[in-house]
Amino acid sequence: MKPTLLLAIPLGKAFEQNFTDRYEVSADMTPRSGVEVLVTIGAIGADGTFMDGFPDLKLISCFGSGYESVDLTAAKARGIKVTNTVGANAATVADLAVGLLLASMRHVVYGDQQIRAGHWRGKNMAKVLFTPSVTGRKIGIIGLGAIGRKIGERMAAFETEVGYFNRSKKDDVNWQYFSTPLELAEWADVLIIAHRADETNRHMINAAMMKALGPEGHIVNISRGSAIDEDALIAALQDGTIAGAGLDVFEDEPNVRPEFLTLPNVVLTPHIGGGTREAFAAMSATVVANVYAMGDGKPLPNEVI
Amino acid sequence: MKPILLLAIPLGKAFEANVADYFDISTDMTPRAGVEALVTVGNIVTDGPFMDGFPNLKIIACFGSGYENIDITAAKLRNIKVTNTVGANASTVADLAVGLLLASMRNIVYGDQNIRAGQWRGNLARMLFTPSVTGRHIGIIGMGAIGRKIGERMAGFETKIGYFNRSMKVDLRWRYFPSALKLATWADVLIIAHRADDSNRHMVNAEVIKALGKEGHIINIAHGNAIDEDALIAALKDGTIAGAGLDVFQGEPNVRPEFLQLNNVVLTPHIGGGTREAFAAMSAAVVNNIMAMAKGRALPNEVT
Repeated sequence: MKPTLLLAIPLGKAFEQNFTDRYEVSADMTPRSGVEVLVTIGAIGADGTFMDGFPDLKLISCFGSGYESVDLTAAKARGIKVTNTVGANAATVADLAVGLLLASMRHVVYGDQQIRAGHWRGKNMAKVLFTPSVTGRKIGIIGLGAIGRKIGERMAAFETEVGYFNRSKKDDVNWQYFSTPLELAEWADVLIIAHRADETNRHMINAAMMKALGPEGHIVNISRGSAIDEDALIAALQDGTIAGAGLDVFEDEPNVRPEFLTLPNVVLTPHIGGGTREAFAAMSATVVANVYAMGDGKPLPNEVI
Repeated sequence: MKPILLLAIPLGKAFEANVADYFDISTDMTPRAGVEALVTVGNIVTDGPFMDGFPNLKIIACFGSGYENIDITAAKLRNIKVTNTVGANASTVADLAVGLLLASMRNIVYGDQNIRAGQWRGNLARMLFTPSVTGRHIGIIGMGAIGRKIGERMAGFETKIGYFNRSMKVDLRWRYFPSALKLATWADVLIIAHRADDSNRHMVNAEVIKALGKEGHIINIAHGNAIDEDALIAALKDGTIAGAGLDVFQGEPNVRPEFLQLNNVVLTPHIGGGTREAFAAMSAAVVNNIMAMAKGRALPNEVT
């Protein structure tokens, strides 16, 4: 009898067919023996009690880079490996980050709103015709993992200067390193948030960071809503402490703070950073590779420790 | 007594200070002697009879790259040089072109509309399983200063670049196509960046749009006349292509009402060159051309 692979989220027939030779694929979450693999996402995760319901569980494979709700300590204590698909959607997320930056700095959404309202350029001509250019700006990236690097490569092609904050300096990039987020914000014209945001660095982007960025500054967030103090951001966008923002993630999504909805200097997208079919295919392939490696007793390509 | 520099458009005190040692500056367009330089923009009509009103005119310096309503032949007959500021705003225009491409392909405006309407994602398949920008074939029509800057930027997105231009550029290793139609057949995205005028009106027509295909996107930062808007509106409505990002329109500032109802088009009000850096670079280019004329040097940006 084949072992069982449990799917906590539906990923489609094509995805399931990767496993049917080796596993019984099931979406039934009833605790039982025989389940060796759980495919889930970081937001759903699994705690120790859940794991105890599946005594044969060997692998929790997260679809996506997140694993925030997987209890890693509990998994380790039970000999269960945890994997993610880090990097598989990096290019796709980086593309949206640059799109939000350009939309915010060059007033793409604001311009579209003006035209659809029959105003052509609107009352504020200076805003759309004498805005600072993207070319030549200082682009500050928080977090230089797979996504941050892809953002840096893309922005460098715009004849910009790229700087970054990361826990450690990266020896293989020649972009300017800053040892604190605040120093990066003081230097930068644009802050792009691309680090692994969790409870330990909640509200890293606070009022002091926004003040340091300055009145022509823009903030782009494709990481996680908790990275930004949204009260401070709303105030900064309302009073001109910074010029604009582009946000794909929110503190309480899918709920978006109503203050954002009426601001003309913010671009809002509904957490679609990883939302391309190529990213989906790459993440699926990464889950398959990790599950197969476990089955074959080989090293796991994306083990989280 | 200094010669007169006539300003058909206001360019600000900083610009005027740069030429004040050599010229008296005037905005009075009354025909008269003594006017040696005219600073204008390409869409203001400057024809032979106008030139005849200013017998001492030596240079018509256009602010911007356009000179479509300057009668070049009439100027030549009267020994008047014409200059523009080609290339000065290329980076700024290229930045917006890429912004429109990303906004169109990644549903940025549509996503913003959904959120502001309280709907979060709206059409899930469109938002989450859209083709990525990375890896696509990017086709650029026109490989002048702006087209090159667009290509350099898009290459940073791990894409393949192809272009159509009147002539192949030997210093580029991007793939050359001898016609807009052949480029569209190969490309996932068409970016229109050539000098559009009456000779190539509606270069992007129904046939080119169809060749691009149902996942295709069209970006236009050149000139509204480059696209057959009837064909584009039909293609956006019936799914012949996936989307478009338009900064220029036929008959602007009027925009066809059909566009306003479509959720697969991104519309911006001709702001491609609209940054303070581009304004400063274009002002400096006008100054350089006028001062070159005043000092008897070769003109940096003569149009012939």
